[in-house]
Amino acid sequence: MAIVEPVPAADQPCFLASGDTALIVEFGDRVDQRLSGLVVALAHRLEQAAIPGVVEMVPTFRSLMVHYDPVKLPQAELKRRLAPLLEGLEATGGIGRRWRIPACYHESLGVDLIEVAERMKLSPTEVIERHSATTFHVYMMGFLPGLPYLGGLPPEFGLPRRENPRIRVPKGAVAVAMSMTVIYPLESPGGWHILARTPVPLWDMGADPPALLDAGDKVMFEPIPLSRYEAMLAEAAAGRLRLLPEESPGSRSGSKRA
Amino acid sequence: MTAALRVIAPGLMTTLQDLGRRGYQHLGVPVSGALDPVCLQAANLLAGNAPGMGALEIAYQGPTLAIEADSVRIAAAGGQAAIDIIGPDGGAGQRLAPFESARLTRGQTLRIGALSGSAILYLAVEGGFAVAPVMGSQSTLTRGGIGGFEGRALQAGDMLPLRQAAAPEREEVMLPALDLRPPARVRVVLGPQDDHFTQAGLATLLASPYTISRASDRMGMRLEGPTLEHSAKGYNIVSDGIAPGSVQVPGNGLPIVLLADRQTTGGYPKVATVISADLPALGRMTPGAKIAFAAVDIETAEAAARALALEIADLPSRMAPAARKHSIDVDKLLGENLISGAVDARADPRSEP
Repeated sequence: MAIVEPVPAADQPCFLASGDTALIVEFGDRVDQRLSGLVVALAHRLEQAAIPGVVEMVPTFRSLMVHYDPVKLPQAELKRRLAPLLEGLEATGGIGRRWRIPACYHESLGVDLIEVAERMKLSPTEVIERHSATTFHVYMMGFLPGLPYLGGLPPEFGLPRRENPRIRVPKGAVAVAMSMTVIYPLESPGGWHILARTPVPLWDMGADPPALLDAGDKVMFEPIPLSRYEAMLAEAAAGRLRLLPEESPGSRSGSKRA
Repeated sequence: MTAALRVIAPGLMTTLQDLGRRGYQHLGVPVSGALDPVCLQAANLLAGNAPGMGALEIAYQGPTLAIEADSVRIAAAGGQAAIDIIGPDGGAGQRLAPFESARLTRGQTLRIGALSGSAILYLAVEGGFAVAPVMGSQSTLTRGGIGGFEGRALQAGDMLPLRQAAAPEREEVMLPALDLRPPARVRVVLGPQDDHFTQAGLATLLASPYTISRASDRMGMRLEGPTLEHSAKGYNIVSDGIAPGSVQVPGNGLPIVLLADRQTTGGYPKVATVISADLPALGRMTPGAKIAFAAVDIETAEAAARALALEIADLPSRMAPAARKHSIDVDKLLGENLISGAVDARADPRSEP
């Protein structure tokens, strides 16, 4: 189901130059699903428009960065070409795909679950219930190849990052901070609180596109027991685990934005 | 028999790079690619390649490579370095200069010494390296292990496969050396978050010389010097995109210029962005060197980008037969001033204020 809203005047986007090879179209300065919906909708329109000289675009929480070649496309011309694409732009909830990602919250994997529960004054079970009941919105991909920034958690998840970031956060870790969730696609340093781990590969170099998720997608986590996690991890190691999005009318099949 | 270069000594940080990995930043994949794309393209043209082909990017100290192919044509472009071709008997052979091509044969060894005049030297081979592109590019992102030769810098013992088993004999070519001197002031366009800095903070950026920190790498050039004062808006922003040359200023107030391996998004305010025409010069600068900034408008930046593009497009017409026969008269070659003799001030877009 597509949620369609017109752009209020206060949210008219502005252009910000980031040097002579990137232009930011900024819709606001806050984390907000409707702003993100506008960003994704503009990225979609710009992809369709295929303007010569536009190299690629990067959706973020509240803005779209357009990378371009200034020799082929001066900034003034790019702005002229963007203006009609901004007219009547609507934040649509129907562009992204919907995913149900298995995650094991067992305390051997969700190593920060108990501490997070204590800080939130909830039981670990309640934390798991609230986390897995949330429909997350993929605001953007960044920090690492294939890493999604997932928003939509209730405010009680607004913990700051860990004071001592970990040198090694394992691949597949599902972690929270600042009412957001990330999934680490690769082993990496990281400072968020680890609640669970998913056996699903978020980054597969052999796939096209190699990232499972993309900005605008919707995600829910499905709790699985440790035995199921281990079985799925073995399937993943053998290259037999590739999650597919849920079927839903209006969902976009894995299109590549380039 | 497979044609390859065998790595005897890898140098300090030698990676395969081309013009970068485009089209995957929205998935969090950095662009990477040559720190000095001008010299990358020059090296490729001299070796007889398309300008954007993958070549070895050599930082500070060159590698020693054994030729394990019937023959291979090479060309180096970038900083000055002793480039020696050593015979199978280990005896001293020819000494090459950067910006000229040469054909090497099986059993010879190519030894590249320490660099001066630029932090970077590119070594291109005719036909290129037989390394499968990853997401459309041969560039190496060592952080993440993506692309290049096994996703990492070269190590002793590596066999770098070549696409061509042999190089046809033909006249070698040279290029008048490019002006690799750093600009007196690196030009920036202010923003996108210059409003996160006080007027005094902006003035500090444009008035102060900074020193390039040893903690710099292909991801970012860290600068040491006076700190920039953030405005009341503070030093955290809701993450947005990062452009090549973005000057990010975290809470400690010290600027970081983001280079080829930059992250795709970030949550620190960017006070300014280095213009694209001045980025290759930044890639050439070494830790300890001084750097100063000047603000220009977007039209100036675009004119400089066009001028640099014309200069690169003009490189083939500037190539000439390597008339000078190689000899072992090393002293004579070293006595020639290979760089400053060929400066073309007209083609230097950095002379603008």
